[in-house]
Amino acid sequence: MSGPLLSARSVDVVYEPARGLRIWSVRDVDLDLAEGEFVGLVGESGCGKSTLGYALTRMLRPPARLTGGRIEFAGVDIAYLSGEQLRQQRRDGFALVLQSGMNALNPVRCVEHHFGDVLRAHARAGENWSRAKVRQRGADLLDKVKLPSDVLRRYPHELSGGMRQRVAIALALALQPRLIVFDEPTTALDVVVQRAVMETIQELQRANGFTALLISHDLGVVLEATDRVLVMYAGRIVEDQPAGDLLTGAHHPYTEALLRCYADPRADEVTLGGIAGSPPDLSLDEPGCPFTPRCPEAEDVCRQLDPPLEPLGRGAAACHVRARLATKGAAHAG
Amino acid sequence: MPAEVKPLTLDHVTKTFRTRGRGRVTAVDDVSFTIEPGAAVALVGASGSGKSTIAGLVTGAQRPTAGTVTYGDTVVDRLRAGGLRRYHHDVQIVFQDPYGALNPLHTVGYTIARPCRNFLGMSARETDQRVRQLLEQVGLTPAAQFAPKLPHQLSGGQRQRVVIARALACNPGLVVADEPVSMLDVSLRAGVLRLLADLRESRGLSLLYITHDLLSARVVTDQILVLHDGRVVESGGTKQVLQHPTDPYTVRLLDAIPNPFAA
Repeated sequence: MSGPLLSARSVDVVYEPARGLRIWSVRDVDLDLAEGEFVGLVGESGCGKSTLGYALTRMLRPPARLTGGRIEFAGVDIAYLSGEQLRQQRRDGFALVLQSGMNALNPVRCVEHHFGDVLRAHARAGENWSRAKVRQRGADLLDKVKLPSDVLRRYPHELSGGMRQRVAIALALALQPRLIVFDEPTTALDVVVQRAVMETIQELQRANGFTALLISHDLGVVLEATDRVLVMYAGRIVEDQPAGDLLTGAHHPYTEALLRCYADPRADEVTLGGIAGSPPDLSLDEPGCPFTPRCPEAEDVCRQLDPPLEPLGRGAAACHVRARLATKGAAHAG
Repeated sequence: MPAEVKPLTLDHVTKTFRTRGRGRVTAVDDVSFTIEPGAAVALVGASGSGKSTIAGLVTGAQRPTAGTVTYGDTVVDRLRAGGLRRYHHDVQIVFQDPYGALNPLHTVGYTIARPCRNFLGMSARETDQRVRQLLEQVGLTPAAQFAPKLPHQLSGGQRQRVVIARALACNPGLVVADEPVSMLDVSLRAGVLRLLADLRESRGLSLLYITHDLLSARVVTDQILVLHDGRVVESGGTKQVLQHPTDPYTVRLLDAIPNPFAA
């Protein structure tokens, strides 16, 4: 197939939690995911990364509302589909893995019931999911996420956090989706378990070739696992680069600041950076680049105009200052 | 300034819990260590390694099954109501979850004022001044603007600063910080950690820093204890242990950190 598997254009999501209060959570986001690509989406809490993930999988619930844009999945615009048509697209196409396995699983139902639920709800014509078949398929899926088949008879509270997260991943795999969105799949886990779950996700992605979008606040996790990283700030994508390039040098000052929040604890000298201030209030519709108040390089133009996401490096970044420096550099080189 | 900072000692401390189904679980197994006055000690380990149980034992919230916990001459595990209250004048805790650790119905000013009134017996006027001073110390300025706020009006990082201000209000000699930054965005962690380190240094108090994050342990502490299944498997200078770990579990913890920047 030619063209990206998922292509979003000018996606806007607004929360309207109360009369007269509008929060612009996702603003004018363009995004393409190529078939088989593993892409990361990082940003601080409240930057809109989960909301964007929900929008792309059409999981938004009021008070959140998709107010504009196109979301094409395998050539079909799913942005405004509903009912049976949306259900069909979901079955054939995409799945979402939620942050906490506990919240995603029904506490009064055993794991096997969850598999039966997914498989029967999306059964194709002529398919009959008997208990024996569900058990068989469930055991196969659990095996893929490295869990023994006796987990089928367990209830969520009997499983550890890491195991629950693996069950949630197995459920997402049940219908062999072409795209899986992982929303903070390891945030509630400790480092050792996180490492094991991330390794499983990466192995599955390589073996099955599905397209993956990994949403996380942890740039470290994302850089290790993904091919390409999207950095989000205040509802916008501010940088989009191959993961390897970000390691050697980011183009947006925000990404640079995020990178400075990490260090090797084994180094001789460890300095840990932070970002002073806090992200802007998204209910205020202020002009200019949203990072300006925290940005060490901000200029007058940054306060007036919201910079577009423009090609920079091998990817793109949304920064007036860096874009100008790059053109200057190119002119000098020329 | 704290009246007097005393050493905290755990001497062969064991804590077992009885559970339904699984019988007895040994959360802390024969652990001994001392925090010298003014030292910053990290206690690291994965979930379930017994870190938070040790926090409970040190603060007197839990009693050891065997062994003793002492702070100076005070035998912590024998303390009851009044003694425990006096002990909390000396030893305070900073909790992991800044959302759960503050009463949502009380203002920031009230929350920080309580320990001043309760432990230091300050007058209303003295308390007001102290609250302002503490808010400034933790970087919540202008103080007059933050004191009347309710927790829901603050960000996670700001709330954690309030929790720290409250812990420092009664001039404790030892602060136990149980995963104080794990719920915060990475961009805010450095600020809170630096605050903790600066306050410790300027006040000369001791710090027990509990975490599974080795990077933050490296930044705020000089000594480290690695805990695995309730036992201390490795201890020493933080830099030394992290650069030359000898226990396989410490190596595993180090390798598990997502750290694409490590060479």
